[in-house]
Amino acid sequence: MRMALLEVKNLGISFGGLKAVDNFNVSIEKGELYGLIGPNGAGKTTVFNLLTGVYQPNTGTMELDGVNLVGKSPSEICRSGIARTFQNIRLFKKLSVRDNVKVALHNDVEYSLLASIFRLPSYFSREKAMNEKSREILEVFGLEEYENSYAANLPYGKQRELEIARALATEPKLLLLDEPAAGMNPNETAELMETIKLIRDKFDITILLIEHDMKLVAGICERLTVLNFGTELASGETSEVLNDPKVITAYLGE
Amino acid sequence: MKWNKKVVVRVLAIVLSYVLITVLLRMGLLNRQYTALLVPIGVNIMLAVSLNLVTGFLGELSLGHAGFMSIGAYAGALFTLNVNMPSGISILLAMIIGGVAAAVFGFLIGVPVLRLRGDYLAIVTLAFGEIIKSVLNALSFTNGARGLSKIPSYTNYEHYTLVFVVAVITVLVISNIVDSRHGRAVCSVRDNYIAAESIGISVSRFKILAFVIGAFFAGVAGVIYAHNVGIIKPTTFDYNKSIEILVIVVLGGMGSIKGSIIAAVILTALPELLRGADDLRMLLYSIALIVMMLFNQSGIRERIKGRIESSRKQKAGE
Amino acid sequence: MQNIVEQLINGLSTGSIYALIALGYTMVYGIARMINFAHGDIIMVGAYALYVGVSLMNLPAAAAILLSIIVCAVLGITVEKVAYKPLRKAPPLAVLITAIGVSYLLQNLALLIFNATPIPFQSVIQVPSVSIGGLTISGVTIVTLVVTLISMVLLTLFINQTKAGSAMRAVSEDKGAAELMGINVNRIISQTFAIGSALAAVAGILYICQYQSLRPTLGALPGIKAFVAAVLGGIGNVPGAMLGGIVLGLIESIAKAYISTELSDAIVFGVLVIVLLVKPSGLLGKLRNEKV
Repeated sequence: MRMALLEVKNLGISFGGLKAVDNFNVSIEKGELYGLIGPNGAGKTTVFNLLTGVYQPNTGTMELDGVNLVGKSPSEICRSGIARTFQNIRLFKKLSVRDNVKVALHNDVEYSLLASIFRLPSYFSREKAMNEKSREILEVFGLEEYENSYAANLPYGKQRELEIARALATEPKLLLLDEPAAGMNPNETAELMETIKLIRDKFDITILLIEHDMKLVAGICERLTVLNFGTELASGETSEVLNDPKVITAYLGE
Repeated sequence: MKWNKKVVVRVLAIVLSYVLITVLLRMGLLNRQYTALLVPIGVNIMLAVSLNLVTGFLGELSLGHAGFMSIGAYAGALFTLNVNMPSGISILLAMIIGGVAAAVFGFLIGVPVLRLRGDYLAIVTLAFGEIIKSVLNALSFTNGARGLSKIPSYTNYEHYTLVFVVAVITVLVISNIVDSRHGRAVCSVRDNYIAAESIGISVSRFKILAFVIGAFFAGVAGVIYAHNVGIIKPTTFDYNKSIEILVIVVLGGMGSIKGSIIAAVILTALPELLRGADDLRMLLYSIALIVMMLFNQSGIRERIKGRIESSRKQKAGE
Repeated sequence: MQNIVEQLINGLSTGSIYALIALGYTMVYGIARMINFAHGDIIMVGAYALYVGVSLMNLPAAAAILLSIIVCAVLGITVEKVAYKPLRKAPPLAVLITAIGVSYLLQNLALLIFNATPIPFQSVIQVPSVSIGGLTISGVTIVTLVVTLISMVLLTLFINQTKAGSAMRAVSEDKGAAELMGINVNRIISQTFAIGSALAAVAGILYICQYQSLRPTLGALPGIKAFVAAVLGGIGNVPGAMLGGIVLGLIESIAKAYISTELSDAIVFGVLVIVLLVKPSGLLGKLRNEKV
C-alpha cells in the first residue's frame, strides 16, 4: 500500500504584498514521479524554495514522512530527507567532480576534525568509503570518467547530471528537480527520462520535478499539478490534466 | 599512515629545507641580515597559510589578520613578561595562550560573519582590526601607545628549530583540514553557499571553523613575532600589515598552500635583496595585486591560453 | 551647554565631510555594485592637487580648486576604465582586492613623489569666524557646512531632475533592463565615478583646510569612516549617505569629547559592526537577496 511521503497544505507566501504562492496543496506518495508544471512566473521554483527552507512560508504546513518542515533551515531540511537541483546550475565549480559528490556525503560518512588534522585511521577508512560511494553514484550517470576534472569544465548536460548525482548523494527520500531538461537537445532529454526513471527505482526515492518539456512530463510523470499565478489550476493523473481545457487555455492563451 | 607519493614528497621537502637552513647557518654562509630573516619568514608563512584558509578556501576577504596576530603577540608577551619559568616551557605556553586568545576573537568575529558576505564582511574584519588596535592603544596594562618592550628573546634565529617545527605544524594542520570532509565543506561554501546549504552543509559552522583556525595560527605567529623583535606596539599591527599578508596570499595564489609558502619566503627576503628600494616595495606590491587580479580574473589568461593552443594546433596541422 | 553646542557643530562639520565622501561610495556601489576601496585615496589626491596648484604653480585659489576637482574626476574615470572595468564579471573578492591594490598604488605614488614627511599647508579658505552669543564658529567650519549643503542640493537635483540622473537611477535599478532601453551603461558608470571623485576632491579640499597638513595616507581613515557612514545610511542610497555621514560625525565628536579620544575610532567602527548586525541594510537602505 502506498502512503503519502510529502503532505503540503494551504502553503502560501507573498513578496511585498504580491502572493507568489497561495493555498498550494499537494500530497505525494512514496515512490511516485510527480510533475509540477505551469507558465513562467507561476511560482513553481518558489514552491521548491519553500519546500527546501530557502523561503519560510507565511501560511500552511509541510510534512515529510509525518515530520514538520516549516521553520527549518535549508541544511536541516536536507538532513531530514529532501534534496534538490537548481534551475540555474549551482555546482562547486572549483572542486573536482568527485569532490562535488563527496561534499554531499558530508553528513553521511563522518569523522572528527581531530581525525582530519592528525590523519587518524578513521580518516583513511571513511575517505575510502566516500570515494567508493561517490564513484558508485557517478557511474549511474556515466560521469566516472570525469571524476578528477573540475566541475566547471564539464559540458553543460553533464553539469546538470552532476547536480542530480550530488543531490542523490545526500540519500534523500524526496528529490526535487528544477527543470532538469532545460537546455538539452531531444536526444539528451530522452536519455534523461530514462535516467530519472532509473534513479527512482535504483535509489528507491520519490521525485517531484518542474519541467517545461511536455514530452518529458507526459512520458514519466504519473501525476501532475498545474500552477498558474501562484495557485493550483488543476491536478491529477497526467493524461487527464494535460487534456483539461483550463490547462490548455493557460498554456496556449485564449 | 599510507606512504603514497604526496606524503613522501612532503616529508622530503620538510627534511631538506631543515637541513639546508642548518647547513647554511652552521657553515656561517648567512650574514647577519639573512639570519635575521629566518624567523620572520617562518612567521609570514604561518600568517599567509592561515589567511589563505579564510580568503583562499572559505572565499571571504579578511582585512583584520594583523589584529589576530596582535592579540596573540600581546597575550603571549604579557605571559612571558609576568611569569618566571624556564624559557622553553614559557614560550610553548605563550604560544598556546596567544593562539587561544586570538581564536576566541576569531570566534567573536565569526558571529557577525554568519550574516554577512563579501564586501560587508571584509569591512567588518577591517573594523575589528582597527577596534583591536585602538583598544590596545587605550588600555593601561598593554602600556598604551608605547607598547610592550623587553620581551624575552625566545625566538631569535638561534631558536630556528622551534620556529621551523611550529611553522611546519601550522602548514600540515591547515593542509590536512583542507583535504578532508571539513575542508571540502569550507570550499563548498566558497563556491556556492546556497548549494552547500541545500546538501546539508551548515554554512555558519564552517565559516566560524575557518575563522577560528585562521585566527589561532595568526595568534601563534604573533607570539613568535613578539619574542623575535622584543618590542610590540599597537601600530605594528595596523591595516598595512594585514594587506602585506594579503599580498603574500594573492601572489602565491588563493587556495594554494604551496604558493603561500613560496610567496612568503620570496616576499620576506625580497626587501633585503632590494635594499634601498624600500619605498618602491609597497608600490610594487600594489601593482602586483592589481596585475594579478586583472590577469587571473578578466579573462586575459583564458585568451592567452586559447591563443597558445590554437597556434599549437596550427603547427600540428602544418 | 555651550560646550555641547560646540561639539555638535564640530561633529556637523566633520560629518559633512564624511557625507561628501560617503556619497561617492554609495553612488559607485549603487551603479557598479562594488566597494571602491580607493575612494578614500582620491581625497588625498584632491588635497595634494590643491597644494600643487596653490604652492607650486602659484595659481589663484579658485583655479587651484577647479584643478583639484578636474584631476580627481579624471583619475576616477581612469581607475575605473583600467582596473575595474575588465573585472565586471569577476567574483566580488577579485574586484575588492584590485580596489585595495589601487588604494595602495595611489598612496605609494604620493609617498614617492611628495615624501612621507607631512607638508604644512595654509588653508585657502579665508573667511572670518563668526561669534553668536559666546560661541565662535570658525570660517572653515561655516564654509564646510555651506559647501556641503550646496553640493548635496546640486547632486539631488542632478539625480532627480536631469536625463543623465534618471539614466543613472535606471542603471542602479537594473543594469540589463537599462541597457535594453538604450542607455549606455559604460558611460553612466564613468559619469558616476567622475561625480563621486569630484565630490571626494571637494571633501579633500575642505579636509585639508581644517587639518592643514598633507600626508600620503591622509585619505585612508576618513575614507574608511565615510564608508562606515555609507553603510550606516544604507549603501546605495544617496540621502542615506548624507544622513549617515552627519550622524557618524556627531557620534565621533561626542565620543571624543565625553568618552575618550583614543577610543573614538573604536566607537565609530563599533557603530558599523552593530549596524551590520542589527540592520544590515542601514538606516534608509533596502536589502537585496540573492535570487535562488
